[in-house]
Amino acid sequence: MTTTVTSQLGPSGLHSASQLWLLAALALPALGALLLLVTPAGWWQRWSSRVQPVTVAVGISTVTLAVTVLGTALGRPLSLSWVPSLGISFGVRSDALSGPLVVLTAAITWLCLVHLVRVRPVAGRPRALAGLILLVQTGLMGVFLATDLMQFFVFFEVALVPLWFMVAVWGSDVEETTPDGHQLITTAHRAATQFVCYTVVGSTLMLVGLLLVGLRAGTFDMALLTQRAANGWGLSTSTQLAALALIGTGLAIKVPIWPLHAWLPAAHTAAPTVGSVLLAAVMLKTGTYGLLRIAVPILPEAMVRVAPYLAGLAVAGIVIAALACLRQTDLKRMIAYGSVGHMGFVVLGISTLTPVGLTGAMLANIAHGIITGLLFFLVGALKDRYHTSALADLPRGLYGRLPRLGVLLAFAAFASLGLPGLAGFWGELFTLMGAYHPASVGSHTLPQGLFHVYLGVAVVGLVLTAAYLLRMVRQVVQGPSSGHPRHDSASTAGWVGELSGHELLVFAPLAVAALVLGLAPQLLTWLVSPWAQHLLEGVR
Amino acid sequence: MSAQQVDAALIAPVVALAVAAVVVLLADLVAPGRRNLCAGLAVAGLVVTGALIPSAARDLPAARGTFCAPGSSAVAGCSLVVDRFSVVLWSVALFGALIVALLSWSASLASPQPAAVGEYYALLLASTAGVLSLAASRDLLTLLVSLELVTLPVVVLVAVRGWATSAEGAVKLFLVSTLGLGISVFGAAVVLGATGHVHLARISRAVAQPDWPTGRLSALTVGLVLLLVAFGIKVALVPLHIWAPETYTGAPIPIAGYLAVVSKLAGVAGILLVLVVGFAPLASRWAPLLAVVAAVTMTVANLVALRQREAIGLLAWSSIAQAGWVVAPLAAAGWDSEAARRASVVYLVCYAAMTLATFTAVTLVGRARTTVGGGLALSDFHGLARTEPLTAGLLVFALACLAGLPPGLVGLFAKLAAFSPVVGGGQVWLAVIMALNVALALAYYLRWAAMVFARPEGGVEPISFRLSIPDGVAVGLTLTAIVVLSAAPTLVFHLVG
Repeated sequence: MTTTVTSQLGPSGLHSASQLWLLAALALPALGALLLLVTPAGWWQRWSSRVQPVTVAVGISTVTLAVTVLGTALGRPLSLSWVPSLGISFGVRSDALSGPLVVLTAAITWLCLVHLVRVRPVAGRPRALAGLILLVQTGLMGVFLATDLMQFFVFFEVALVPLWFMVAVWGSDVEETTPDGHQLITTAHRAATQFVCYTVVGSTLMLVGLLLVGLRAGTFDMALLTQRAANGWGLSTSTQLAALALIGTGLAIKVPIWPLHAWLPAAHTAAPTVGSVLLAAVMLKTGTYGLLRIAVPILPEAMVRVAPYLAGLAVAGIVIAALACLRQTDLKRMIAYGSVGHMGFVVLGISTLTPVGLTGAMLANIAHGIITGLLFFLVGALKDRYHTSALADLPRGLYGRLPRLGVLLAFAAFASLGLPGLAGFWGELFTLMGAYHPASVGSHTLPQGLFHVYLGVAVVGLVLTAAYLLRMVRQVVQGPSSGHPRHDSASTAGWVGELSGHELLVFAPLAVAALVLGLAPQLLTWLVSPWAQHLLEGVR
Repeated sequence: MSAQQVDAALIAPVVALAVAAVVVLLADLVAPGRRNLCAGLAVAGLVVTGALIPSAARDLPAARGTFCAPGSSAVAGCSLVVDRFSVVLWSVALFGALIVALLSWSASLASPQPAAVGEYYALLLASTAGVLSLAASRDLLTLLVSLELVTLPVVVLVAVRGWATSAEGAVKLFLVSTLGLGISVFGAAVVLGATGHVHLARISRAVAQPDWPTGRLSALTVGLVLLLVAFGIKVALVPLHIWAPETYTGAPIPIAGYLAVVSKLAGVAGILLVLVVGFAPLASRWAPLLAVVAAVTMTVANLVALRQREAIGLLAWSSIAQAGWVVAPLAAAGWDSEAARRASVVYLVCYAAMTLATFTAVTLVGRARTTVGGGLALSDFHGLARTEPLTAGLLVFALACLAGLPPGLVGLFAKLAAFSPVVGGGQVWLAVIMALNVALALAYYLRWAAMVFARPEGGVEPISFRLSIPDGVAVGLTLTAIVVLSAAPTLVFHLVG
């Protein structure tokens, strides 16, 4: 693997057309967003009375998806000088680590926009929402494709403001019943601001850490920094520890790692369906991607020292999130909280610092993106029909009422709890295998006994996860289909039809992907495991 | 070079502005109260001055000096030096004054009344001439005299509307500035007594000598701190900021913009010249002080700004916080004083562009809303995006720049530039405080930006207005500046060198 890495070092410039694929995948959504957001409303009415803006967005997104798939398969890395006086370059690169995430981003965005064609947001204009989705896509793809630490940071920030608007303008207020019976209302505006402030504190601390790495090492090029660390002449241990404390805090807020997760439930619950899908399925991955791309290969010595604590926070998050889920009264909020637990598995996998653990983390990353995306879409479909996502107000017996929706919801729940044969299983299995044999390299052997305790706690977390998901299935999907006081009366009954063909078009690809990855995990593992070894070269 | 020879090209920009000021006064005398005539002459004067810069800067990157003391061969003994630093600051100051002149052109309650319009523009030009002279001066006396030339006209400009709040703001500015100048003159005397020099480059050579007795070194440090007071007041560094909020709210909005950009630039120029040109060898003594001042300034100002509900008050506190960012790189001067100064200037240039853009948008809205003595509430911006998409776009983009978030890349790269020496110099604690301040500031910038897109509240019509030609030019210029700098941030770094 070292040879492929060496060929990517330094601003290489543009000398073949195949380098443009990935750049195009990044530029297309940006231009699309500009087209949708900046053109005046009158323009659309006058010139394109037949073409809906959202349809245009779907078109752009379709081309982007195709270009992204081709680009990850065929595209060659590109690196250009950006701000030479600060030593910052701009590049795009897709490898086994970023490739699957880039394709996931493009695919989820495409599904969100297709969803938007028929399922209109409750408040706000669909055109601006479509533009914001494309803008978020630009930011997320930029994070995964970046070759330079500063470029990574800039794109990390790009998605923030559009997501704020998405939650604040198109979102809905969150009602929450506290254990002692009080009603707590978090406005969408507040949830959005909370999310952005949390993230910005984290990302600016991360910026300081990235600057520390870049200025001490004399380069911001990630491939070069990785190679130096792998060859054993990376940064001094104290610098690495300071940098990891700063970068790690920023990434931990994004993932989120317990106890820095407080922004997540409100933001994911308040967001419109497409916003929740983008937040959970893709945006959280920028945090774990940062751990895999920066913390492990560039700051290996610090990572070895911090790993036991990180793993501790991860398993604490798994159990606490599952316990919190058991108490949730709102379906959407429950799934949002569930993300904290699933991301805990990803972080646990990374903290083992073993090839199998890292492979598990990458698998769990992708699986969570697919399954939670599907779950949020399905909750959105329920919300469109019953105008609530409170467990108490949703009618029982979806199997009988709306069999397709019920089956899909049960399927997604089983996938989420890690049923063998579905995508969620493999990532968690590999993670637990990694925790059974944590890295034992050189002078810094990870404490095996401690990791066995973590393993036990994580298994308890798995059982609790199964418990809350099965409770949800029993409450919503199973049971008699008749006799619900609120929703059978004619006055409150809105449109409660079965899943439309259009909705199936959006949901089915995710369900199929969850099944395929569950049956044939080698589709990803053959790609990912060599890279997991490569990432760990610096850990010695 | 003999001492009496004066290089006319070097002083031409300063002289041209002074002449323009006199011409405006004479024109007002001949044809009183002609707004278009005075404003047109002032704008022409600023443009002509800008056109004179290339001939003054013809030797760049080599520096040229004039008014040199006898016996000096290099620019070290010259009182007026044109180098890259002066040229960059000249350009920014002229751009700022031009925007202020354009925004004051159209008649309204917020603009000077017909009887005062000649004086208004003459004073604006005179103050700007002081800024230009300050940025090029390299000795303590010229620095302090130039600073006074910057300040006194502004005091009158603040009071020009004749409202009670204006008078209060002007008096506060006058008292604080005069007191500060007195302290600084005393500091300059101490420095002169300790080193025997007034020229900054000679002071630098003197303090670099290793054999200073400790007592004299302490006296010199005290003198240096006192000397910085007047400049710190112009920059509005905490705790020398007490005049700023009331003066900003009392002043006509374009003049508040002038205080935030051009007059602040003069203070920063003075601090950078004194510290980096004059006292770089003592950086280990003054850099920690600057680090603390920067941290306290941005934190205090951001915390107060969070509570502001009034547009100009918010901008006053935000500009104090941004001043903390401008001086923060100097905390690393002990590591590399030239890199620190470059980072400061980069931040200053970017800050000027984004603040001028903000004030342009706020002036247009304020003009449509202001009643006599009344302020401009943030809620007045409700729904602006629906009625005035261009102004709203300018404001939101400028706020994104100030917050340092994409798409406002100019602000983001300015912050990067400020972070670089601080982190490189090992002041990680300061960098962490700066990082937390980014989040604090974001909260209020974002809230304001959100108001622009919000639905207007309970039957209140969103503001709408017509842009006059000078307004349009100001919008075009400031928008171009922040868009171009965001698209190609490397331009600023290239300009500063």
